[in-house]
Formats: sequence, C-alpha cells, structure tokens
Amino acid sequence: MTTRLFGERVERREDARLLAGRGRFTDDFEHGAAEVAFVRSDHAHARLVDVDVSGALDVDGVLGVYTHEDLEGGFGEPLPLLTPHEGIVAPRTQHALARNEVRYAGEIVAMVVAVDRYVAEDAAERIRVAYEPLPVQADLATADEVAGRFSEEVGDVDAALADALHVFTWRFAIERSASMPMEARAVVARWDIHEERLLVHDSTQAPTGIRGGLASLFRLDLEQVHVVAPDVGGGFGVKVMQFYPEEVLIPWAARRLGRPVKWTEDRREHFVGSNHERGQIHDVRVGVDDDGRILALETKFVHDAGAYCPYGIMVPVITAAQLPGPYKLPNYRYAFRALFTNTLPVSPYRGAGRPQAAFVIERTLDRIAGELGLDRAEVRRRNLIGPGEFPYNVGVTFQDGGLTVYDSGDYPRGLELLLDAVDYRGFEDERERAAAEGRRLGLGLAGYVEGTGIGPYEGAAVNVLANGTVTVATGLGTQGQAHETVFAQVVADELGVPLESVAVTTGDTRRIGYGVGTFASRSAVVSGNAVQMAAVSVRRQAQELAARLLEADADDVELVDGEARVRGAPGSAIRLGQLAVVANPLRYAFGHDATEAAMFARKAYASGEAPLREGASPGLNAVEYFSPRAGVFGFGMHAAVVEIDPDTCNLLIRRYVMVHDCGRVINPMVVEGQMLGGFAQGIGGAFFERLAYDENGQLQNASFMDFLIPYATEVPVPELIHMETPSPSNALGVKGVGEAGTIAVPAAIANAVSHALGRPVDRMPLSPLQLFEILHPEGTP
Amino acid sequence: MEVTLRVNGTAHRVDVEPRRLLSDVLRHELELTGTHVGCEHGVCGCCTVMVDGHPARSCLMLAVTADGAEIRTVEGLAGPDGELHPLQDAFRRHHGLQCGFCTPGFLMTALAVYEEAPRMSDAELREALGGQLCRCTGYAGIVAAVRAAGESVP
Repeated sequence: MTTRLFGERVERREDARLLAGRGRFTDDFEHGAAEVAFVRSDHAHARLVDVDVSGALDVDGVLGVYTHEDLEGGFGEPLPLLTPHEGIVAPRTQHALARNEVRYAGEIVAMVVAVDRYVAEDAAERIRVAYEPLPVQADLATADEVAGRFSEEVGDVDAALADALHVFTWRFAIERSASMPMEARAVVARWDIHEERLLVHDSTQAPTGIRGGLASLFRLDLEQVHVVAPDVGGGFGVKVMQFYPEEVLIPWAARRLGRPVKWTEDRREHFVGSNHERGQIHDVRVGVDDDGRILALETKFVHDAGAYCPYGIMVPVITAAQLPGPYKLPNYRYAFRALFTNTLPVSPYRGAGRPQAAFVIERTLDRIAGELGLDRAEVRRRNLIGPGEFPYNVGVTFQDGGLTVYDSGDYPRGLELLLDAVDYRGFEDERERAAAEGRRLGLGLAGYVEGTGIGPYEGAAVNVLANGTVTVATGLGTQGQAHETVFAQVVADELGVPLESVAVTTGDTRRIGYGVGTFASRSAVVSGNAVQMAAVSVRRQAQELAARLLEADADDVELVDGEARVRGAPGSAIRLGQLAVVANPLRYAFGHDATEAAMFARKAYASGEAPLREGASPGLNAVEYFSPRAGVFGFGMHAAVVEIDPDTCNLLIRRYVMVHDCGRVINPMVVEGQMLGGFAQGIGGAFFERLAYDENGQLQNASFMDFLIPYATEVPVPELIHMETPSPSNALGVKGVGEAGTIAVPAAIANAVSHALGRPVDRMPLSPLQLFEILHPEGTP
Repeated sequence: MEVTLRVNGTAHRVDVEPRRLLSDVLRHELELTGTHVGCEHGVCGCCTVMVDGHPARSCLMLAVTADGAEIRTVEGLAGPDGELHPLQDAFRRHHGLQCGFCTPGFLMTALAVYEEAPRMSDAELREALGGQLCRCTGYAGIVAAVRAAGESVP
C-alpha cells in the first residue's frame, strides 16, 4: 500500500545532485562563452559628458564595446515598471546603459564583451568616462523628491484620537539592507541564428516574466524565446526584480555577436548593482484606553526608493497593509511617501516591508505597556483578533489590489503557547536574580501576520511516461525551497506512485510557458495547488481509461503502488505507465506495451468507438492553472530572551522561541528549514545588516568584510512550535512560509533589548556601539 | 604557463595565464563546476577546496601556485560507485542545505573536521565552520550534519 506523503518528513530529492557537485547553476553553463565586464558609475549623481571607449577597442580578445547609443529601438528605452500602482507619481526607471545621466554609484555606463572576463575587465579599465557631478541626495531623512505616495484610512482616526484617554507619538526606523544570496546574479544567452531562437539561462526568481519581456523587446514570438532558471543559489527577493539591465544586455549582445555571451556578477558588483531594501522611518501616533486597547493608530512614513522605482512602491504598500499584524486597529490610517535618493533601487528582500511593519507595531505595543504600567503580554492579549473573527477584514488594500482579509488563524492560542514555552510568568524572577549578579536580562515578544500565496496564477504540467515516471513541470523556479520534493509529494499521493517515480522540473519555460514567479511566499500555495489540480486531472483520466480496459466502473478504480486496480477484484490491475501508452494509441513499435496499445485501438474500433473519447487528448497528462481570489495569511509570535553585559555591551541570545502557523504542512523538514533560515536573516537584520552610504552616495561597506552576514557563530538555534490552521481558501489548505521566519525577529530582539536595558530601542539594526549609546545616552560614563 | 593540477587523484596538464584564479581554472578549464564562487575575496568560503590536505579558498589562489599540489574538490567526495560520503549523507538527512550553493565549500571545510577532529563540541564545531557563509539554512542543519557524520567515525 502506498503511504501518504503529504505531511511527511521526506528527504529532499534535489540533495544528492547538489551534494555531489552536480548542481547546475547559471555560471556552470556555456564554458567558452564570451564574457562581459561593465563600467559602472563612480558617481552617485552626475551628467555623462563623454564616454571614450577607444582604449578598450585595442585590447586583444575584445569582441564588442557598447554604450547607450549602440542600443537600437526598444533596447535604448527605459527599462519597464514592473508593478504599476495608482500612487506612483514619478515612474522613473533606468536605461540598460546610462543615457546622459547617472543617478547612483554602480549604474552601468558601458559594456565590454571579450573572450573571457579577465580580458573584458582589462578593456573596461581603459574606458574613460567624463562626469559632471550633480547634487547628491543619499539620506532618506532629508530626501524630498517623491517617487510615489499613498494613504488609506479605516474608520475615523482623528475622532478616535480626540476621544482617546492617552495619545502617544513615537518615531521608529529601520535601515537599509539586502538579500545577499550566496550566488550573485548571472545571465548567459545563446542566439541560434538558424532557427532564430533565443535561449537564456538566468539566475532569476521569475523566468517566465523574463521570457515574456525579452520576446516583446526582441519582437519575437513567445515560442522563439526560452528562459531557464536552473539551480539558483538563493534569491530572497533580489532576483525577482525584472528587468535588471544585464538581463536585457546579455541576450542583446548574444544576438548581435552571434555567439553565446555570459555575465556572472561578482560580489562587489552585487553590492552596487543588485537591489536593496528595508530603509524606512515611521512616525506613529496612537490613541489607547486605560487598558492598553488601541483605539486608533496613524503612521506617516517615508520609504527609501533609491534612484529609480522599477518595482514601483510595492514595499511600502506591503508595510502599510501588514502593519496591523494580528491586532485589531479599529481606526487606522497610513500615509507614506516613497522618496528618491541617489542610491541603488529598492525592491523586496525576504519579509518585503513586513519586518518594518512588525517593528513599528510591536515597539508601539511595548511602549504603550511601558507608559501605562501594563504587562506587555496582556496588552497584546487585549488587542489580538479573536479566533471567532475570521474571515477578518483589516479594511486596507492588500498588495494585490484586493482587500486585506485574513482567512483563518488562532492568534490568542499562539500567544499563550509562546508564553508557556518561554516561561513568561517565571521570567521576572529570573531577571531579578540575574540583575543581582550584574547581568541584564530582557524578554521581548513580537508577532506578525504574513499575506502569502498571492496570484495572479501558477500552472503545472503533469505527464505520465511509458516507463511509469510521472513528470511535473512548474513555471516558477526554485532557489532552495525544495520544490522538487514537496510538489513530488503532492503528485505521488494523488497518483499512487512512489516518490522516486516523480520527476519535477521547475523554472524552465520549455516545459511550461506560463507562470509568475517564486516570491511572496507563494509557491506552495499557488503552484502547489496547480500541481494538485493537474494531478487530480491525470488521476481521473487514468481511472476512466483503466475502467474501460478492465471493464469496471471508474469510481471503483484506485491508483496504488504505480498501478490502477479495481477495488475488490484482486489481480485486475494495469500499470500506470502501461495506461499512458494505451492512452496514446499510436503504432509505437517497440515493446509489449505498444502491442497492447495497438490492440486497444483495434478493440475500440471493433466496438464502434473512437480510441480517444471526445474531449480527451493523447496520453495521460494535464496542464492546470490555479488562480487564487485572494492571498492566505500565515501568523507567528516570537519571544527572544537576551542577556547584555552592561560593560562591554556584548549581547547573548539565551533563548528564541517561534510559534508559527502556515496552515497545513506538506513537509515539516522543509518548513522548519524555511523558518530557521528566515530566522538567521532576521538576526542579520537585528544586529548586522546595514548598508552604509556616505553623503556622496558611496556605499561604504560593499564587501563581505564590511557588510556583515551572520556566520554559524552568530546564529543560535531557535525553538519551533507549530500550529496548523488550514486555509479554507485552497484545496491543500496551505499557506506560505518562505518569509515567515524573518519578519518578527528584529522587533522581538528590540523589545528584549529594551526590556533588558530599561530604555527604548527604536532603530534597527543594533551594533554593540549602539547598545552602548542606548545605555549611556549622556555619553561615556 | 603550463602547470600540473592533481585534482581528485587525476593529473591535469593545463596552460594558464599566471593571473588566473584556481577557482576559475577548476570551474572553467577543468569543468569541475561543483566548486562555487560566492565573493571572490575569501570571505564566504563557497570556493573552499582541499589543497595538500588543508581547506583553502580557491578564489584567493592563483592556479599556477597549485602546480603539483594535491587538490580535492566536492566532485571527489563520493565513492567511485556514486555512494555518498558520510558527510554528504548527513547533510541530506539533517537538511543541511537548501539552495546548495554554499554546500560544496561547507563540505570541504567539514571534511577537515571529519578527518582530523570528528568529535568536536558544538561550540568548537561552529567555530570550525565559522568561516563559511550560508544564507539559507541558519546553520542548524549543517552543524547537526557535521556532528552526526563525526559521531559515525569509528
């Protein structure tokens, strides 16, 4: 009997390949391709007076040197605006190669193609660019050029604030950070001059989008362009931006030169050429009653958009919609301005505006508790949405343009599970004992609600091969989320085949041409349900065909152990692969199954029927699309316990507990992996990740020596507590979990540090120096 | 200039420019693409290989300086019949990888632990692996995998 795999801790099918060094990442393709180096602007804002490429042309091995004036037609136009929004007032995007002006340090001015990267860099160094510096604005706090603005109001905030017994105003800020996947970006393109086809391998989170855009730009039929996201070495948001200049320029050069062209981003380029996120400053005005219930909350905030806004104003839109989190804000108003600065453009990084949201609401709750002398857990308890209040309409617009309506959850239970696990009630005693020994302990709480599984759609193609292998293809790619395993689990269950018989291909437009992408914690929800739908369709086809062959009722046919069997009729079975052959009744000459298939066709004709029933297609296969009406909402509540040495400001995380609910879990091992990995990035956001621009718009820490990512020595192992509240909105009952681990971590840490030090912590990230400054606001003691 | 690189027991005679990095020669001349390049300044550890028995950053070495050295890469870890090395097997069982990009570097660094001091404490182990960056896993699975593989050493 086939064991049900949904919900099982199944080992990953992708691991053997990746562990043996047989992964295929973009730079692993096309050895011998021409390679590219770019000249990037040294200035954060300047007019391009002259670009003299003559020195580069003389370098042996150079194949082409290009500036903006070489880009014909659409290639010379500004790159697209990916996510339009009515709040965007200045939809400014950059050119693939800078035209007349550069607006951030790192913007591409010229491109060199050569026989290899070494030669290309030699030549790039010989290009002379004359700049006329223009005024630089690199500081969000003083920026004023508006990219977009938006505001919404639920209820009547002014009236509620006027009636509130207590009104407080606070300012909270989170600094700029970045995804920093271990594999930077890479693009390799091959133009087939005979077939007029373009094949691009791209380390992207959205191969279908890249394909569609390139077809449009090259004025080719969609069928002439294919894009493959092979193994992708992490994404975390930065690779969902489309189009980066290189994604246009590399295919363009491949066609122009008639040979494969490759560009593999080095880490320095990644720091100055691949998008950042997080920089926001929030002003909060909140009105509460004596019990700490929030009556009204207003946040006005500014968002650092960077020099261009190709990703629109998606990040602040998400912050605004998700700021209420698991709490009831009966009157809520936000108004943000996304401001241009002469820094790298901004697009989502794991969490995508939500870490800022959680930081603001959770610091607000702690400060309310502090002002009113209330217990911090009790203040949360009083403001949480109740388990009977779902579906819960927050009242503001979600990122997809629909309403923000939470589908299901039990937030109070999550809080109580957390408080028990971390021994919240016993903590004060422990804290006092520690204080007597000169140690400062603090406990912080923080929660989040994460909208996941947004549309518009994903598709899946499921096909049974003659040997019994079931192939599955999804339009979206994978960057480590174990899609090859979890989608196989879904299909194996539905078709009654062992996991080893299912082969999943992700992110290859040659296999399925339509899809959206791997971002916004949406793959398990949207693609997972599409996979399920396609598998159900194949199962029905198999049942019907088997019923004809075995002269049974389709409802009595079950798929088990790779066979179709008639219930209650032992010995009456046909292998799934055999069914696939019969379902395609052609004269395939090889093998016994082919003979059977031909006989099946004869029998069908003999009984006056067509071999393919009306509406059927050859073989056992289906392509299905899942298009959700709305997102589904995961939830979590974290507790951090920290100890701070007041002399050195060294901080130790003594415990970190995460309660989380992502609906039904397909593979607990994979979900835990997502939570632990997300947590590590949250630790980075809490303590280390700060991209520091100086007043000239120069990134001061553009290397792994200076921009710190936590190592194994910095990341403790958190304790995980799972809740499973199925989503009523999709057949699998799942919600996304990709970003969940990250969102609440800076907020929980800030609340813990604030508790330990007895002082507000309203900026992130926190270095030991900042801890010292918080502890000694008056200066060195 | 011509050099001999002995990689996973096989000698390769290659003609390389003196400036060419060992990581580039392994990946693009010998097409051993299991060794990955994550930062090209020796911080992330993705490119770690074994050179004469010690973990080394192949992005910080010129290929010519490895002339005659014994190099081991991730491709040489599994047995000749494809049987996974105990470390590789432990990474799979303990979910020690997600995207898999940093994994070869971790494996080669862990190989030194496995071969020289397989019974480290957790803190020592984290210190030993503390020169390798992973952005996916949060390290818990990696540390558990290396510990479990070490415990299996007789």
